[in-house]
Amino acid sequence: MVERAGVLTDRESPLAGVILGAPPDARGRFGPFGGRYVPETLVAALERLEAGARAALADPAFRAALETELHTWAGRPTPLTVAHRLGAAWGATVLLKREDLAHTGAHKINNAVGQALLARRLHARRVVAETGAGQHGVATAAACARLGLPCTVYMGAVDVERQAPNVERMARFGAEVLRVKSGDQTLRAAIDEALRDWVADPDGTYYLIGSVVGPHPYPWLVREFQSVIGREARAQVLADGGRLPDALVACVGGGSNAIGLFHAFLGDAEVELLGIEAGGSGPEPGRHAATLAHGTPGVLHGSHSLLLQDADGQVRETHSISAGLDYPGVGPEHALLHATGRARYATASDDEALDAAAECCELEGILPALESAHALAGARRWAAAHRGGTVLIGLSGRGDKDLATYAAADRERR
Amino acid sequence: MTGAERIEASLREGAVARGLALAAFLTAGHPARDAFSAQLDAVAAEVDLVEVGVPFSDPMADGVTIQRASRSALEAGVTLRWILDVLAAHPRAAPLALMSYLNPLLAFGLPRLAEEAAAAGVSGFIVPDLPYEECGPLRDALDAAGLALVQLVTPQTPAARLALLCGASRGFVYAVTATGTTGGATTFSDGVLRYLDRVRAASHLPVLAGFGVRTAGQLREVRGHADGAVVGSALVEVLERHDDPAAFLRGLRAAALVGGGAA
Repeated sequence: MVERAGVLTDRESPLAGVILGAPPDARGRFGPFGGRYVPETLVAALERLEAGARAALADPAFRAALETELHTWAGRPTPLTVAHRLGAAWGATVLLKREDLAHTGAHKINNAVGQALLARRLHARRVVAETGAGQHGVATAAACARLGLPCTVYMGAVDVERQAPNVERMARFGAEVLRVKSGDQTLRAAIDEALRDWVADPDGTYYLIGSVVGPHPYPWLVREFQSVIGREARAQVLADGGRLPDALVACVGGGSNAIGLFHAFLGDAEVELLGIEAGGSGPEPGRHAATLAHGTPGVLHGSHSLLLQDADGQVRETHSISAGLDYPGVGPEHALLHATGRARYATASDDEALDAAAECCELEGILPALESAHALAGARRWAAAHRGGTVLIGLSGRGDKDLATYAAADRERR
Repeated sequence: MTGAERIEASLREGAVARGLALAAFLTAGHPARDAFSAQLDAVAAEVDLVEVGVPFSDPMADGVTIQRASRSALEAGVTLRWILDVLAAHPRAAPLALMSYLNPLLAFGLPRLAEEAAAAGVSGFIVPDLPYEECGPLRDALDAAGLALVQLVTPQTPAARLALLCGASRGFVYAVTATGTTGGATTFSDGVLRYLDRVRAASHLPVLAGFGVRTAGQLREVRGHADGAVVGSALVEVLERHDDPAAFLRGLRAAALVGGGAA
């Protein structure tokens, strides 16, 4: 049994635990998902990290330092924008939570600054991170520059090509960017390589993971730092209109911006939670990265969750036009929200995302990241089925990094 | 004799007969799928235990050599099912342990895995991404078939946990000598040798040193501090060069015996 705010809840019900905002259980489980599947070399380091993180999050001085950084350096709170012309086009009230306006251009900064402060508190000598679209890499490089921590970022060679502007930004913040040519040369191979780096120096290196994936305590820790998105959005929407939205929509790769947006609303049963995965170029294996739609239970990167894999347990290659969603796994808390039905998950294809991005540019003067464009596409479909409803979209990042991809797609589709 | 007992007995016998037991690792089906069975026979004739690597798409505890081997084996169509079929064809001269990441084992199905591995002549499992806290379901399934689930310990493992892991292990205790992935070059510092002494004191089972063991000099250093050593990436590289694995292992063992050692 857990007790919070005087309410006793049956701990046997995983949904009850999630709704109460209870951390995962002592073994890092979100219901049947999560856990800590790592080489023995990392067990002691993860135990130290968990103890250090719990102490930091309970320490008012740490919370105050984080709050100050988020407010005076990262630009929080981010605004909630009423998208009048999109709303008129869709026949709905459309609200955008503007994480694209956070420092470095995406929600990733919330977690990067939190974990970098934690790394400094735990006396790390250096920080390593992985990155897909480059947003987490840029955020981590910026936070490490601000705190004076040496930083190494692993990035798949494929992603280095398609997200070149972010590679340049990381280098300017003093980070060492290492191209990963092993495996599939995307986000998943970058995580493999960052884990190998950490295994080589578990005591001096801090692994600053960028999503709600990985071994316990990361899915919990990253959620704690990202849930500021939903807390702000919930207060803003209540202050503006006095009532909660009918639905929240966010894109899901590993799932950090979606968990961050959803978390404060988990107890609001009347608010529908909708995650949008990368539908890529089709439902066949290898043509998408829609783990919750097509995955089966398995263990990857230290955590038991859903996974895109073949019958022999080999992890499949994925495809998405969006580097940030191009990942064969998904955070264990999403797997639980999916299993319990509290959140619903759908897909948006490459083409739908491109169309939604173009529409957002034309009607709102906002260039969304390719990742966020998937959320816009999903929200548009939701609005078509819920005329007159109110939908709040997690606009997780800005699309400057994707200009080359947008331009190439225009040429190809013309 | 159960699989776990067979591993333990073979390692003890090797340690007594030659001062140091020798275990060898090779990735199944690499560099050539058709050559695997014969290579396994040749290697098994020279060592006290063979670790057969099951390839995985995301080998996060492995260095470049075994990453490459794993990828090439997968491209050649090697699966756990295929490996068990090859192993079942005839008995080998040394006990066999499968070294696999957890996910291919989960996909196979744990109860069926224990049964079919035992039938194929496998004596135990080493699972590098399965720490003690998560190992219950696999250990229970393997225990029921008499198969070993080998626990790994590292220089970072605190004393109380070392005792726990040594007590929970079956067959032998795998003492990871290098922090890092497999295959890195290692010279053993006094600190590593003292660590091996601590593991040995905590274990009632034979202790094998592994990760980064490549040279006869290292084997000589380890003597007296561990019951045996595992040679992995160096052997995979011998196979990739199409050199004779048996000659390599014989040479290593002979050179390790020359000049006595710390024992």
